[in-house]
Amino acid sequence: MSSIFLSRRNTLLGVGGLLLSGCDKITNNPILMHGIEQAEGLTRVAQRTLISRTALAKEFDRADISPVFKANGTTMPEDNAYQDHVAAGFANWRLRIDGLVRQPLDISLAQLRALPARTQITRHDCVEGWSAIGQWSGPQLGPLINRAGLLQGARYAVFHCADNLDGEASKGGEQSAGQYYESIDLVDVFHPQTILAHTLNGAQLSVAHGAPVRLRVERQLGYKQAKYIMRIELVQSFANLGSGKGGYWPDRGYEWFAGI
Amino acid sequence: MDDKILTQNALPRIEWIDRHTKVTRITHWINVVALSLLLMSGLQIFNAHPRLYWGQYGADADRPWLSISSVAAKDDESDTVGITTIGSKHFDTTGFLGVQIKNDNEIEQGFPGYITVPSDRDLASGRRWHFLCAWIFIINGFLYLGAGLLNGHLRRDILPRRQELKLRTIVHDIWEHVRLKFPKGEAARHYNVIQKLTYILILFIILPMMVLTGLSMSPGVNAALPLVDLFGGRATARSLHFITANLIILFVIVHVVLVMLAGFGNLLRSMITGKYKLIHGIDS
Repeated sequence: MSSIFLSRRNTLLGVGGLLLSGCDKITNNPILMHGIEQAEGLTRVAQRTLISRTALAKEFDRADISPVFKANGTTMPEDNAYQDHVAAGFANWRLRIDGLVRQPLDISLAQLRALPARTQITRHDCVEGWSAIGQWSGPQLGPLINRAGLLQGARYAVFHCADNLDGEASKGGEQSAGQYYESIDLVDVFHPQTILAHTLNGAQLSVAHGAPVRLRVERQLGYKQAKYIMRIELVQSFANLGSGKGGYWPDRGYEWFAGI
Repeated sequence: MDDKILTQNALPRIEWIDRHTKVTRITHWINVVALSLLLMSGLQIFNAHPRLYWGQYGADADRPWLSISSVAAKDDESDTVGITTIGSKHFDTTGFLGVQIKNDNEIEQGFPGYITVPSDRDLASGRRWHFLCAWIFIINGFLYLGAGLLNGHLRRDILPRRQELKLRTIVHDIWEHVRLKFPKGEAARHYNVIQKLTYILILFIILPMMVLTGLSMSPGVNAALPLVDLFGGRATARSLHFITANLIILFVIVHVVLVMLAGFGNLLRSMITGKYKLIHGIDS
């Protein structure tokens, strides 16, 4: 009896082992992994279909703000040009908006700060599983893009950043280094809570949190909230960017649509 | 008089019944695969931040109620030990949680690679598996519930009858389970009340709780449906997701052990081919 039980147990363990090594084979196989990644499309279509395009992320009270807002990813870009901007208090920094726009713009930090700002207390959800609540202020992105004027074919806004990440701990550090960038579609560009935040919890955005401005796109995960924005480019597709997936982390296997 | 003697002396009579419909059998096995992968990819996701909190938020500076970490050993700084903390209690879980030994190397991670999908640290792929299987699990669940409503399975087999809900019946059934005495013959034709109540708990409370706590962690879903507020915040929802996963594991362990004790071959066959063997005339 016990030998039957043991052999069954071994069979089960064997099947489990096969399943496991099977999963690893699939995960290491780009074609099969491509199949598994199709679930992202299902999630994106479901969310875009079922959720109003202007539905707002929950906004909290001042009492809900996290005592410490964790700074993640790069906390001090090594780029020389960026270091010069830090030394000069970003006086010479210009946000460039170009690509598929009628009128490319160069906007100084003082000009950005002078624009009508939206202030929102929202929860930042990192893909790793932690959350922090903070109060963000900055101009809405939509009116800025309208000022530049969308050209026919523009579908995405790409945020080019000053930070260079050199791998990821949770992938065993095997990931390649690369310039940080992110992108969102026009639904999120014109969403009322999509702002270029220059202020966190009432203070000027610190370098650790992405000075001089970082994106807030509140219905998606933390890695979409690009820090150290240097340039916003309007594009039709991601074909000429990185590995073509629309962002630093999407190029490394993460979902481009990070609403889940 | 003669009849009675005849019955008593009769050999056990075997009756084959159709225990489970095709829909029940197919959705059961899809569930086995989907839930296994959801659990293992879930542990991969957990490993990216192996700490759980209560409330609206929770990150490194906040106090977790559960954490799995690796810290330098007290006696030897070059050595690390795995420490699992629940509340204010610390447990040395080196070898399993926090720190594992593989080929004489110390691996510092929450849950060990042999129970995560993929087996190496890979949050991106873990999430891909998790959300693919979540879709399969949800579609599969609706197929089962939809078919169960239409063909009467839920009403006929799962919903307890009024006379079964008497305290005496329930206490009696629990006592029979504790003594590992399982219904035989005619009494084995239907689920007993403990089975029915357990299946109701898992079908209508625990599994939906798993889906809802999962969905409530989605920042996109939060904008449309404030599920997360129902649970008291995202950090709480993540904790409840973890606890509910453990309840499912507990259910599966009890389920499999009881299947083994109550007639492994017969019950396994009935969930594969549908055929279940009833033996009349003994101990019924």
